[in-house]
Amino acid sequence: MNLPKEFQEWFATQGWQPHPHQIDLLNARGDSLLIAPTGGGKTLAGFLPSLVELRDPPGGLHTLYVSPLKALTADIARNLSRPVADLGLKIRIEDRTGDTRSGQRARQRVDPPDILLTTPESLALMLSYEQAPAIFGSVRRVVLDELHALAENKRGDQLMLCLARLKALAPGMIATGLSATVEDPARLARFMGGARVIHADPGPDPDIAMLPTTRPAPWAGGGGHYAVPDVLAEVARANTTIIFINTRAQAELFFQAIWAANDANLPIGLHHGSLSREARQRVEAAMAAGELRAVVATGSLDLGIDWGAVDLVIQVGAPKNVKRLVQRIGRANHRYNAPSRARIVPANRFEVIECVAALQAVRERDLDGDDRGQGPLDVLCQHILLTACAGPFDADALFAEVREAGPYRELSRADFDACVDFAATGGYALRAYDRWQRLMLRDGLVRLRDPRAARDLRMNIGTIVEAEMLKVRFRGRGGSLLGEVEESFASTLVPGDTFLIGGQTVRYDALREMVVEVTKQPAKEPRIAVYSGLKLATSTQLSHRVQALIGDPAAHVILPPDTQEWLALQARVSGLPRPGVLVSESFPHQGRWHFAMYGFAGRNALQTLGLLMTRTMEVAGLGPLGFLSTDYALLIWSLDPVTDPAPLLDRDGLREGLGDWLGSNAVMKRSFRNVATIAGLIQRNLPGQRKSGRQATFSSDILYDTLRRYDPDHLMLRITADEARRGLVDFDRIEEMLARTDRFDHRVLDRVPPLAAPLLLEMGRVPIAGQGRERMAEAEAAALMAEAGLTT
Amino acid sequence: MTAHPFDFDGQHLLARTSGALVWPARRWLIVSDLHLGKSERMARRGGALLPPYETEATLDRLEAEIDATEPDTVVSLGDGFDDDAAGRSLPDAICRRLRAMAAGRRWIWISGNHDPGGICPRMPGQSVDALHDGLILRHQAGQGPDVSGHYHPCVTLAGQRMRCFLVGRDHLILPAFGTYTGGLPVTDAALARLVPQGTAIACGARPIAFPVDGARVRPRKRAGGFRRPF
Repeated sequence: MNLPKEFQEWFATQGWQPHPHQIDLLNARGDSLLIAPTGGGKTLAGFLPSLVELRDPPGGLHTLYVSPLKALTADIARNLSRPVADLGLKIRIEDRTGDTRSGQRARQRVDPPDILLTTPESLALMLSYEQAPAIFGSVRRVVLDELHALAENKRGDQLMLCLARLKALAPGMIATGLSATVEDPARLARFMGGARVIHADPGPDPDIAMLPTTRPAPWAGGGGHYAVPDVLAEVARANTTIIFINTRAQAELFFQAIWAANDANLPIGLHHGSLSREARQRVEAAMAAGELRAVVATGSLDLGIDWGAVDLVIQVGAPKNVKRLVQRIGRANHRYNAPSRARIVPANRFEVIECVAALQAVRERDLDGDDRGQGPLDVLCQHILLTACAGPFDADALFAEVREAGPYRELSRADFDACVDFAATGGYALRAYDRWQRLMLRDGLVRLRDPRAARDLRMNIGTIVEAEMLKVRFRGRGGSLLGEVEESFASTLVPGDTFLIGGQTVRYDALREMVVEVTKQPAKEPRIAVYSGLKLATSTQLSHRVQALIGDPAAHVILPPDTQEWLALQARVSGLPRPGVLVSESFPHQGRWHFAMYGFAGRNALQTLGLLMTRTMEVAGLGPLGFLSTDYALLIWSLDPVTDPAPLLDRDGLREGLGDWLGSNAVMKRSFRNVATIAGLIQRNLPGQRKSGRQATFSSDILYDTLRRYDPDHLMLRITADEARRGLVDFDRIEEMLARTDRFDHRVLDRVPPLAAPLLLEMGRVPIAGQGRERMAEAEAAALMAEAGLTT
Repeated sequence: MTAHPFDFDGQHLLARTSGALVWPARRWLIVSDLHLGKSERMARRGGALLPPYETEATLDRLEAEIDATEPDTVVSLGDGFDDDAAGRSLPDAICRRLRAMAAGRRWIWISGNHDPGGICPRMPGQSVDALHDGLILRHQAGQGPDVSGHYHPCVTLAGQRMRCFLVGRDHLILPAFGTYTGGLPVTDAALARLVPQGTAIACGARPIAFPVDGARVRPRKRAGGFRRPF
């Protein structure tokens, strides 16, 4: 297809030349995946074929656009309106998200627009309607935006199942994926169920370097506050800067530190996922209007609206992952053909090495990424239930359709049947629900036993299971909303505790009707800045690079001088970790023996390893007292020294310990809650339902314990274990670490070795105490008794 | 130590960490809110298909308590069944097991709001609305002093939620014994009204007793500098 004349003229009027990839997409006959840097006219490329075809609208829904962000759909609608108006196209473009009014939704079901802009969850919901075949039968094109981001989690898996459904409803439909730069485009194309990869010109190499700082990075810590003056100076020189920080708590602290030093009163904002939506929107609007010189942000700004004015990105803290770093760099300078400018600020000495290694990887365009493996079965369970909501289905046909979805192309029939059985009867060894099953087989088709169940099932749509969040408000009538904190965080607060939110220090007063009430406490230092949550571990590939860099003294010349000296000293008094060799050290410090091991397996895997190894040490009578893990190293302190690490790292022993320990672990319970919610075993807590109070809900932990005891082979436990091995527990990376270890190099030293010294300063120590929690509760109760003048 | 001794209404009693109450003078074992058949009821009403093992799990724990305390009388303090139909549709194996547990002792089912219709004939023992026998036992607290259940009281200590007994001047309220039962914080207005001042006995690995004072039950001081690692 050539670009029609009026379109060529429209491009000319804009002073634009169609990009080759835009023409390429126009001519594509099948599914395509466009890989383009930000600012490459990606979205227009995705819509161009639709606009050309819609010169003569055939009626009915023609193009479906799916984006991970609600905000993006609104932005796209605005951006499309201009060419549509200029070209005089007679088409209707509407969005359909969780925010769309019910009247509009109802109308869309009867009279869909030509182009519908939506999110994966809203699409799943619409596909569960009985009218889905009528609504979607006419679809010719689907545009999947920011596919690289969606492919990283279960939202993408759900979207791919929906895409397979769409293809069944609208044969011949063409899908186009739009993605930022990724490490393995072919893998992303397979994720889409097979697509031709089109590469846009990647543009000039980014201008990226370490930010020179007046003071060297500290030995430990993660705040990066030492660099505040240097960051401020960069902000003052640039037009608009995004300062990326890895966690919300660190973002709050950095924001506070930067304002404390902001003598020029540069307008600088804060943006992260715990802030209220209003607060985030205010910052976004100010940013769009060019009123801000900088914004301190977390991953909440990784995706989103294009801000052409951003000309500098500063990453504070190790990037953990090269791909994410590259995508963040791309946020600077959305003008095509101008290099993105980015500076990196390591938070401590270890991170200096990681940042240097990451810069090398960026220059070599060597991106990382871990294969997520087969599509998760909890998402499939939800999909099966939602498919039944739309109407009776044939199990064989659904199995064939599901295997068209990229993540499920290798799904076995046995697993599929297990999911159908779970959806129908709960899938228990004790067949208790044959009378009350949710799905039943009649006339060869699977259907809802009670069609009224569809309403509840639709309420449960989606794969994002948020931690229970509590709103934070200023005390008093109509106190303004500050944001949200996790319920688990709130439960650790006692009145008088101070914490940071929205850039201000507040004092916790009370928890009233599920709202955390606080008062302003501007003068006080915040005592707590802990928001719990998964810490992102450094990617496998970047960890390997760091290990290789440390282990090769000849390569140290690219490191700052103080880092070079540090490593040279380590080489003299102990040994340098290097590929193939697992280096560990035992040394005394403050009356305790310490064991440091440089595993380079990421903090989640090393934390798991810490728990498993201290168990074995307990049995061996070494008296372990605690441990801490970083992305590179594990430090365990004990009464007696570890003289030989090999028996502690015996693979079979670790696996066995994993089985025991995993079962009762809080991490597993959290994974189970997510899995059980997505699969539809437990209902999400919906807003407004929780206040009802009385004996409300029992925790999913009870279900987990019950299943473990009475039905240990149940599908939900299987999914939970699979997930934990990869995610929080990350046992796969322990195995990977052991697999690439040819030999151990253990030394017993008489003093703290240089590489271990920063570990002694790290936060996040995990004490080992069997009855710790219980003793703590008793101590609390005893304090109350004493206060009340009572004795037990 | 799995029991906390205390006095209520002139009687000496033991609060066990299982959530069961023992009256040693009479050799009574009192449990509340078993909610047997809960998962079946939820499924029947079109709700989630929860793991159908909670009745078995509840009876496992009840049997362990009976073995440990060897009571002459077992009292279910109401809501023994999640509803009357759940009571009627319990599997035969469960009924046989209950009859075996009741052999050689008195077994009394007090009716609750979930199971007002009395027991089905396959069950051991007798069904009554309330007991007045040295202590007043009923499902829902009324004119005190009485021993009741219904509210499923619980507390949060050191970030951990636990079932608890709530002991006041007029009312002794038992925690729910059933496996799939949630809890109502003792700070809730409904409970604070019944027991404005008293003692909560939390069911940890050991019993933990501490004073409860209206709305101010949250510990004001943190014990030690310990913080949760996760």
